[in-house]
Order: sequence, then C-alpha cells, then structure tokens
Amino acid sequence: MATAALDPAARQAALLEFLLRVGDNTLILGHRVSEWCGHSPALEEDIALANTALDLIGQTQLWLGLAGEVEGKGRSADDLAYLRDGYEFRNILLVERPNGDFGKTLMRQFLFDAWHYLLLKALKGSSDTRIAEIAEKAFKEVSYHLDRSRDLVIRLGDGTAESHRRMQEALGELWPFTGEMFMSDALDAELVEAGIVPAPESLKAGWDEIVAETLAEGTLKKPADGYMHKGGRRGVHTEHLGFILSEMQFLQRAYPGATW
Amino acid sequence: MYAQMVKTDAARVRSLDEMDPVERAFQERIDAGQKIEPKEWMPEGYRKTLVRQISQHAHSEIVGQLPEGNWITRAPTLERKAILLAKVQDEAGHGLYLYCAAETLGISRDEMYAQLHSGKAKYSSIFNYPTLTWADIGAIGWLVDGAAIMNQVPLQRCSYGPYARAMVRICKEESFHQRQGYDVLMKMVKGTPAQKAMVQDALNRWWWPSLMMFGPSDDASVHSAQSMAWKIKQNSNDELRQKFVDQTVPQAKYLGLTVPDPDLKWNEEKGGYDFGEPDWEEFFNVIAGNGPCNAERLNARKKAWDDGAWFRDGLTAHAEKVADRRASAKIAAE
Repeated sequence: MATAALDPAARQAALLEFLLRVGDNTLILGHRVSEWCGHSPALEEDIALANTALDLIGQTQLWLGLAGEVEGKGRSADDLAYLRDGYEFRNILLVERPNGDFGKTLMRQFLFDAWHYLLLKALKGSSDTRIAEIAEKAFKEVSYHLDRSRDLVIRLGDGTAESHRRMQEALGELWPFTGEMFMSDALDAELVEAGIVPAPESLKAGWDEIVAETLAEGTLKKPADGYMHKGGRRGVHTEHLGFILSEMQFLQRAYPGATW
Repeated sequence: MYAQMVKTDAARVRSLDEMDPVERAFQERIDAGQKIEPKEWMPEGYRKTLVRQISQHAHSEIVGQLPEGNWITRAPTLERKAILLAKVQDEAGHGLYLYCAAETLGISRDEMYAQLHSGKAKYSSIFNYPTLTWADIGAIGWLVDGAAIMNQVPLQRCSYGPYARAMVRICKEESFHQRQGYDVLMKMVKGTPAQKAMVQDALNRWWWPSLMMFGPSDDASVHSAQSMAWKIKQNSNDELRQKFVDQTVPQAKYLGLTVPDPDLKWNEEKGGYDFGEPDWEEFFNVIAGNGPCNAERLNARKKAWDDGAWFRDGLTAHAEKVADRRASAKIAAE
C-alpha cells in the first residue's frame, strides 16, 4: 500500500494540517451561526440555527481533539481553539464571512453544506479509522443541515421578488469564496495518496451538481466563475477572523491557566 | 417565575351559588381536579387569564435567549459553549410549546408577538438585567432557572391541560439547566481568586432580582385568589419565595459564597430562613420599562421580527406558488 511508503513525520504533519482545516471550518462557522441566537426571523429558525451551531461545535471537539492527539504535544481541542492566533487557523475564508442578512447566512450555509456533505461522505471511507468514525457521525448531522439549507434557498429564491433579489445578491457576494474548497496543495496530495482523504478537486463535480439543481429550482442564476479568493487553508485570513477570535478567546486569554 | 402579576379581570372570587349552571359545572370540574381541554366551554375570564399568563411565559423564554445568547460566542471552552447553545435552544423550544399552548385558546402567535412588541404583553422582569461576566451564565442557571422551577413544578398540575402538559417537559429541561448552572459556578469557585470573585459579584447582582421574580406579596390580591380558585396558580408568591430562599441559601454556602442580605437568618421555629425585603421600587421600575436592559431587549426582538419580514413573506409566497402549481396540475390532468 502507498501508506507505508510515506515518511511518518511528513504524514503526521499533513494529517495535523488536514484536521485543523476541517476542525477550524466547523469552529468558525459554528461561531458565526451562533451569533444569530435569539435574533433570527422566526422562532423555528432560532431553534434550527442553535441546533446547527451545536452540531458544528460538537464536530469541532472531535476534529480538534484528534488533531491534538495526532500532534502529540498534549494540546487539547480547547487549547487549539482558544490559544492559537489567526495565522495558525486553517479554515476557508467562506466561513469567516460576516453573517449579513439572513439570506447571506443561509446562502453561506448552503454553499458550505453541499461541500461539507460530500467531503464527509468521502471521509467515511477513509483509511484512517479515527477519521472515518468522526465522519460517520458528522455525516448524519450534515445531511440534515444540507436538506434544510437547500430547501430554504429554493423557497426564498422562488418566493417574493425581494427574497429572490436578496438570495441572488448573497450568491453573488459569496461565490468568489467557494473556489477555495476545491484547491489542493502538497499536503493534500500526501493524504490522498494514503487513502486518508479525498482529493479536494474530486468533490467539485458533485458540488456543481447539487448547486446547479438547487439554484435552478430556486430560479436563481449561477454566477460566472471568476476570480476565487484563497488563503485561509494556509493561514492567511481576512480581517474578520481576528475579531472572531478576540471575542471567542477572551476568557482564556484574560485568565491564563484558569479552568472553566 | 416567568409569569408575574397576571391579571384575571375578576373584581372578587364568586362562590358556586352565585354562578349560572354552566359556570358552576365548570368550577366543580376544576374543584374535582379535572383538566380543562381546548374545545370545552370555559369562562371568558379564565381564557383571558391563561392567554396572559401563557403568553407572558412564552415571551420570557424568547427574550430569555438574549442575556444568555450574549455569552455563547465568548463561552470559555467548547464544552461550555455546546452546553449553553443547547440550553438556549431548549428555551426557544419552550417558547414554541408555550405559544402553541396559548394558540389553543384562540390567539395566534403573530398576535402575541404584536402584543410583546407594542409593550402590551410583559415578560419576566429578570431578563432586563445584563449578563456582565461568564459567572452570570452560571448564576442564571442556578438562580433564575431555580426560581422558575419553583413556580413551574406546581404548574404541571394546572387545570388547563395543554399548559400543564407543556410544563411537564419544560420542568425536566429546566432542572437540567439548573444543575448545569450550578456546575459552572462550582468549577469557578474551585478556581483562581479572580474566578471566585466573579462568582460572588454575580450572586450580589442576581440575588435580589431572583427574589423579585416571584412578584410582590399577593396574599391580598384578588387576581391571585381567582387564579387559585381556577387552579391556574397553586401557591402564593410569598410561599414560593420562602421555598426558594430555603433551598438556595445552603447551596450558596456550599459554594462558599455570601448571600447579600444582612437580614438573612435561620429561624428554627418556622424551619426556614428569615430574609430581607427586595427593593420593590426597583421591581416596579423594571416592570415599567426602566430596567437596565428593557430597551435593548425589546428592540432586539423587534429588530429580529422586522428584519425577518422579507424572509417570512418569501416562505409564504413560495408556499402559495406551490399550492397554485399543484392546483393547476390537477386541473390539467382532469
């Protein structure tokens, strides 16, 4: 098997990087979604958003927990979430986008869910059983997230003229942040070869299909593929991340060493 | 207690002999401990009182998301964040059951929201206080949910079936929240001096507002007497407050905290604590809209509603389109 051919140290580094990428995505998106708590347009949405955020934070605990284990330096999931600075975060830029109106929040969720769903589906077959087990659990939750966000994108796209306009605008604003999901680098290649993760670009066709069907049903127009922003996966973020972290990490930073 | 000072429209409680046969039969069913169900006859005053109380209770759950939601993004660990998210989600869920229970009495959720937004309907005074530190999240679970449970446990036996049943599930979840709140504080008092000081500060600020949750003494209130005759209310405000103090003071001691009441003293004879009088002027000010967060809380709810109008309209329009398309398809097929 190809796995045995990899240099163990390189493989460990690549694996750690992958786990941070997937765990930071769920952490930062979970944070953004939780900002809506009590402020959403309907009580049912408050419940659904809290539920989504809760799933994402739960997944974060698993992914970052495993990251700490792989790293082997005694860092816990909390240490990784609360005691790293922005340049050490590996989430894609899409998830740190500000919430905007509810339409933007939903569109961001849909574009992410469609990809997250496909990623987890592939990870269920990972040659690393620890990853496969987490993916198995998360996949069930994310299938539901996708059902929900897809349904709302369709209903609002094909709702009133205003809801259509808002969803189309959200799509246009977020589209340039979707390309990063399918970009790959040398670290990915190591793990792809070992059968641990799918190649990022291999998820593109499935994602295109889900997105095209959903947008068509919601009478929304897919934006042209133009310039795609990138950087999050290697720690180069937008200005928004610093504010997310200063809020999220406040207590851990203000009271070093305290337990909660 | 999430429902405070609920009016009944009664001038005085009437005896069975003063009632017409239909009302008398109703009252006798209540006296016999039977449950009243939505489609059954009930006096208008009973219906209105329940709408006021259940909607006030529901609004409290919804507004109550705000002070706790204030700390979700700043929760100190992933586990605490998840627990707090789950708690706030439970509260939204409680709001949902309660609005549904009130809807069985012939009022819509939109009408209840309109009453909240216009200031006609109230929510519990406690949610007009700010959450300033993480210890406040523990204190709310321990004290505020603790006080709510005191009121809600007897409400499981309320004469109105849908309200009583909603309360059974709510009580289970509230007890869980209270334990979680206490656990937050337990961890902190075992921590650094700064953490312990934070907990004491939270108790200092939340103690009196928690006692006010039960409302002023209602021994002479005709509304309370009427609510009791209808078995909507089971205990007086003072009884519940006493029970709360007796339960909570030992828990404060266990945490190594000082209850901010110089008059607090164990009374062997009554088998309970004597304690000071809350500042009722402050209470009435908060009820009247002058609490530290009244404006923010209500504005946040109104903003959520107004900003979300396009979202709700969009969903309604889509549902109508789908129905029209189905109808057209049916006609075409015929």
